[in-house]
Amino acid sequence: MRKRMRERTTITMARSLLSLLLFFLLGGCPSPSLSAVQATDEPTLQDAWKTLTDKSYRNKEKAIAIIARNNTAEAYPVMKAMLEGKLYFSARDKALFIVEKQGKNHKFTPLFGGKSITQTNKHGFDKVKINNRLRTRLRQALAQLQLRHPDRDLRLTAVQELLKRPDPGTAGLIQDVVKKETDPEVRTAMRTLLAINQLDSTDRNKQRKAISELAGSLNPSALNALSAYRPTDATLKNLASAAIRNINERRERYDRAEMVFFGLSLGSVLALAAIGLAITFGVMGVINMAHGELIMIGAYTTYVIQLLMPGHIGLSVIVAVPAAFVVSALVGMAIELSVIRHLYGRPLETLLATFGVSLILQQAVRSIFSPLNRSVETPEWMSGAFQVNEVLALTWNRLYIIIFCLIVFATLILVMKKTLLGLQVRAVSQNRLMARAMGVRSKWVDALTFGLGSGIAGMAGVALSLLTNVGTNLGQAYIIDSFMVVVFGGVGNLWGTLVAGMSLGVINKLLEPWAGAVLAKILVLVFIILFIQKRPTGLFPQRGRAAED
Amino acid sequence: MGMLDLLRNDKAGRWMLATLLLVSVLVPVLNLLVPQDSAFHLSTYAVTLLGKYLTYALLALAADLVWGYLGILSLGHGAFFALGGYAMGMYLMRQIGERGVYGDPLLPDFMVFLNWHELPWFWHGFDQFWFAALMVLLVPGLLAYVLGFLAFRSRVTGVYLSIITQATTYALMLAFFRNEMGFGGNNGLTDFKDLLGFDLRTDHTRIGLFLASSAALGLAYLLTRYIVCSRLGLASVAIRDAESRSRFIGYRVENIKLWVFVYSAVLAGIAGALYVPQVGIINPGEFSPLNSIELVIWVAIGGRGTLYGAVVGALLVNYAKTYFTAALPEVWLFALGGLFVLVTLYLPKGIVGLRRMREERA
Repeated sequence: MRKRMRERTTITMARSLLSLLLFFLLGGCPSPSLSAVQATDEPTLQDAWKTLTDKSYRNKEKAIAIIARNNTAEAYPVMKAMLEGKLYFSARDKALFIVEKQGKNHKFTPLFGGKSITQTNKHGFDKVKINNRLRTRLRQALAQLQLRHPDRDLRLTAVQELLKRPDPGTAGLIQDVVKKETDPEVRTAMRTLLAINQLDSTDRNKQRKAISELAGSLNPSALNALSAYRPTDATLKNLASAAIRNINERRERYDRAEMVFFGLSLGSVLALAAIGLAITFGVMGVINMAHGELIMIGAYTTYVIQLLMPGHIGLSVIVAVPAAFVVSALVGMAIELSVIRHLYGRPLETLLATFGVSLILQQAVRSIFSPLNRSVETPEWMSGAFQVNEVLALTWNRLYIIIFCLIVFATLILVMKKTLLGLQVRAVSQNRLMARAMGVRSKWVDALTFGLGSGIAGMAGVALSLLTNVGTNLGQAYIIDSFMVVVFGGVGNLWGTLVAGMSLGVINKLLEPWAGAVLAKILVLVFIILFIQKRPTGLFPQRGRAAED
Repeated sequence: MGMLDLLRNDKAGRWMLATLLLVSVLVPVLNLLVPQDSAFHLSTYAVTLLGKYLTYALLALAADLVWGYLGILSLGHGAFFALGGYAMGMYLMRQIGERGVYGDPLLPDFMVFLNWHELPWFWHGFDQFWFAALMVLLVPGLLAYVLGFLAFRSRVTGVYLSIITQATTYALMLAFFRNEMGFGGNNGLTDFKDLLGFDLRTDHTRIGLFLASSAALGLAYLLTRYIVCSRLGLASVAIRDAESRSRFIGYRVENIKLWVFVYSAVLAGIAGALYVPQVGIINPGEFSPLNSIELVIWVAIGGRGTLYGAVVGALLVNYAKTYFTAALPEVWLFALGGLFVLVTLYLPKGIVGLRRMREERA
């Protein structure tokens, strides 16, 4: 009996020595493990690996501590696998394996070299079981390992993990690594973590320093730690509550900033949809109910361009902008030449005729593309967010929409102010007869102006296609909003349209948390209806001769 | 002014009323007395459809009064129609009583479903027909009064007024879609059982509703014709053609506009109230701006500023819609859109204008 046991120990010893050798041959990192081999009294790393297969959770816990302290190359993947329940050991020789699921099969990769085994079931293997206590230990141990990881993102997540459950035991480690830390964001997080630990310190000066450090942090853990902090000292107590107030104020400020940002991005969408209308309605006096359908055509153009350029999603969106402009502009000019031309000076009739056009366009698109919604893929550079600080994150797609809106608007202003076309458009809208007398081909200018407004609607369609599904009703959803924006801003005033769009967007978003999305929209509509009663000419009314109609 | 005086110069109106009377006699006879297997039998489905068209015609009449005689292109008349419909729908809901799916004696099904325990305050009184009927008149009238009072006083005209009315119906649609409003959310009100004790599913009730719609249209035509021929009507035509001049002559333009607008809204509300028991449902879709614009096109196609033209337009377009959406659904929107364009371009006076043009030429 005893003989057999001795035999077994020798075999395992030999096997582990062998695996260690193999590990070196395979080029593992040698430094800490070497010392472990030489250690005499303390259980060695080798024992620790073995202990993982033990039944006792307490022994496993000790083993984890040793493995973490030694920090060999396996330490990280093994602990991770253990946490995820993927660490197994062979029932025969207790060798450790990490299991991966490959379709229906389980692939068992041995930890210390050797052939991996693939089989459909888990026969012959036992799972390294863990309990909640071990789970916490593992998480902390992993975080500690990650703190020294060369990857900056891993270090950051590690600190954040520790921040969620600050542990006084890690204070020493953090103090070590914070000195070597180069990344400012990681360092700030580490210092917050240190300060949280120092709140429990007996030294009053250290506590005071910790409070002032935490007051500058936006991390939710800092706030939690300060709220849980119960000093006996009155001055410290005052300091802490002042710090809490300070943090809350700043968080609220950032929340409000985020709300305004959301509002501006919504406002940009509104303004984009309305700018084209501001030209056709504001400058030319044409009520174009088909404006929404021109937006829709722009969105469908984006969809078609993406179909034509598979694999170049990022590029296709950029190509779609001029393409949508051209397509919508051509459709718009066709509408102007065939219908609107005959109805100048009869605004209500243009309203009806263009509504008819919008029905025809909708049905045409529905017949061509089927009534199902299409979706446009968002390019990679538009996903993700711009992290300003721990509270405030600005998503890229919203940011791009705002920028796009401003570019379109600036270009339009330039066209209206600096080009011959702009000059002629303004001349015709101010005094058609006089402009014609000066040699302006007013009919041609009308068609071009209408094309310009329609083209801009098409570009708005590109932006909208990235935000929502592309369907035949896409434009209808925006036509009423667009009219509201133009009327609110003052007909015939492009700047007014921009300001109106942005302010309506912000008002809408500020009302939303208080009233809910739909009610906020209703309130904005009611507000505009009342506003028009009070100032029928909008925010920035036209002055001078053009206003007297 | 007697009724004969009223129709003396209105040949088309006489024709229309006579046709309406003839149809009102024929339809019940063909539906109830002619046996079902006879070729002349009129199905109850067709009766209901005709009744629905008549309520649309009443709505078009209301819209034509403000557009043709006052120059206000309302893109929100569907809202008044829907409000009248909802008032009637609430009465019908309360009549269901314990026969609902959940069998609650007081609360309509959707409220039980939403876990409400009390009837909201604005649902009280709707178990009485007289109260519901009063609301059919009052609610649309009040909305029109508030809207008109604000808009006409600050001299909002033309396109701006159209856009405001459109925004109003849009806002109402969004509001009625909310479950919290207490009007059944996007399912609306439906599953009606009976009206004034008559089972809504029987042929006799259907005929009764058809006759009520027909009578409402006839009476509304006469009353509107009376208004149009009165001093008020002449003044509103003057306002339509030259608002500033009428004001300078001394007419209280905003008051005239306001009362004609409110009257028109009440007519639209009555149309809605007659519409709901016949189609058996009212939901927020009735508020959609599209409906209001479609209604304007009935008037435009029929010929605005004539009253009977609006009636003719509503009947024709809706018959075409029923036919096309069943037979050639793809073509319907093309046809409707094309009608919009062609009528505004080539037929500014609508179909009835064609006849007039021929008479003038002759």
